[in-house]
Amino acid sequence: MGNPILFIILAVIAVAAALMMITSRNAVHAALFLIVNFMTVAVFYLLLKAPFVAMVQVTVYAGAIMVLFLFVIMLLGAEKLQGVNYRTLFGRVVIGLLGLALIVTFALALLGVFGPAGVEAATIPPLDADPAALGIRLFEAYVLPFQITAVLLLVAAIGVVVLRPRNKGEKAE
Amino acid sequence: MDELTTSQIALRAVVVGLIVTFAVITGFAYTTLLERKLLARLQARIGPNRAGYLPIPRRGKSELRLLGGIMQPAADAVKLFFKEDPTPAQADKPVYFLAPMLTVIPAILILAVIPWAGPFKLGNLDFSPYFAIAPGVNVGVLFVLAITSIGVYGIALAGWASNSKYAVLGGIRTTAQMISYELSLGLSVLPPIMLANSMDLGEIVNAQSTLWFVFLNPLAALIFYIGALAELQRSPFDLLEAEQELSAGYVVEYGGMRFGMFFMAEYMKMISLSAIAAVLFFGGYRGPFVDQVPALGFVYIILKIFLSLCLMIWIRASMPRFRYDQLMQFGWKVLFPLAIASFIATGIGIVLFG
Repeated sequence: MGNPILFIILAVIAVAAALMMITSRNAVHAALFLIVNFMTVAVFYLLLKAPFVAMVQVTVYAGAIMVLFLFVIMLLGAEKLQGVNYRTLFGRVVIGLLGLALIVTFALALLGVFGPAGVEAATIPPLDADPAALGIRLFEAYVLPFQITAVLLLVAAIGVVVLRPRNKGEKAE
Repeated sequence: MDELTTSQIALRAVVVGLIVTFAVITGFAYTTLLERKLLARLQARIGPNRAGYLPIPRRGKSELRLLGGIMQPAADAVKLFFKEDPTPAQADKPVYFLAPMLTVIPAILILAVIPWAGPFKLGNLDFSPYFAIAPGVNVGVLFVLAITSIGVYGIALAGWASNSKYAVLGGIRTTAQMISYELSLGLSVLPPIMLANSMDLGEIVNAQSTLWFVFLNPLAALIFYIGALAELQRSPFDLLEAEQELSAGYVVEYGGMRFGMFFMAEYMKMISLSAIAAVLFFGGYRGPFVDQVPALGFVYIILKIFLSLCLMIWIRASMPRFRYDQLMQFGWKVLFPLAIASFIATGIGIVLFG
């Protein structure tokens, strides 16, 4: 993982951005902090010598998904909405339980209860930085998972078209 | 080719980066003049001709004034710097100040991967495999797409942070337009990648040494150019600032050099997207005798960029603006299917004749 100093600086930025995203009251600011977080993750991929994944991370997450988020926030004026008040007794109990469950899951995973970590990753030889190598890997060894994902996305796209709310007088096809 | 050390690569990047950035900033200044002059000529006007000229004395007659308006960009810059720079009281201040920077930074970042000339040596500096800030990036095309896709933030946030109705409408229009046209733009760069078998912009240029890709797939070149115009928010896709409807759209609350930065980003992106169009479809720095004299590469690519800029200005002078629904119809129902068709056709062509 390249330069440890670079890694620590990036890690601090990534965690700080994630914390700011959760704590900021303004939805647009939260979205911007999330973009900072995505960009730092992209630089992590570059440090791991995976430029293709880094560029895809920027294009897809920062460039497409977050633009869409921002679009919806701006269109609905959602940044001015008051948040739901979670500070009731019931809310606090639910938040506490969920937090506890998360910590327990992490702890169990770290202790190796779900089987030893890292075995799966270690058996896969490291990827070449070349995008062609990635393509060959994707279309030879992982062609079935790739196609299943593609079908899943297609189903989702068709589902959106079929289930979208219709205007008055418009007939379902 | 000898392997370069990290410090050599860094030194080369700094040298080339300074040269390219200053050249493009100068280019931006004179593109504004080119646009004003050419637009004026196309509308049967003269355009700016007072600021700076070359006086040529003539006997018996008044002096001949050549290159009228040559100092106009400098005068514009001075004016912008000394103008009042107001901040709206209700603006979201951090985002309002950040937005112009977020617009300019991607415009400069794209320059990193553009090849400006073939390989050559100058003293200790070895510009190989080609003259670029970061040559040999094997995901060059993806880098361009990634940077153009984050270019929308500056504009969208400028609109939102100004807290003005017109500006927000401009920002929302931009966002919707960028999302819609990015797909076609992304698909239209696939044929050059497939034909060159690489995502490295230098390799794509080298693959066009005999035949430019525009002749192999003119449809993709056309879609790329239309998509680039939409990404640039230039006429006929300039709905974000439609004067008649939104006064000036996203920049309505900006003044002085902050407005100047949006202006600068637009023109720098015009130059860099023209360069990328040249690289992907028109042979980049390639031209006659470029293998013997690598410096000719600069001349060829600058000439291609100049022609592309003239075409953009010509389009602005002759096309009316799209209506919003026409924009969406055209983007999704015409351009997108055509982009898919062109990339499938390229694939079939490669299998049959490749």
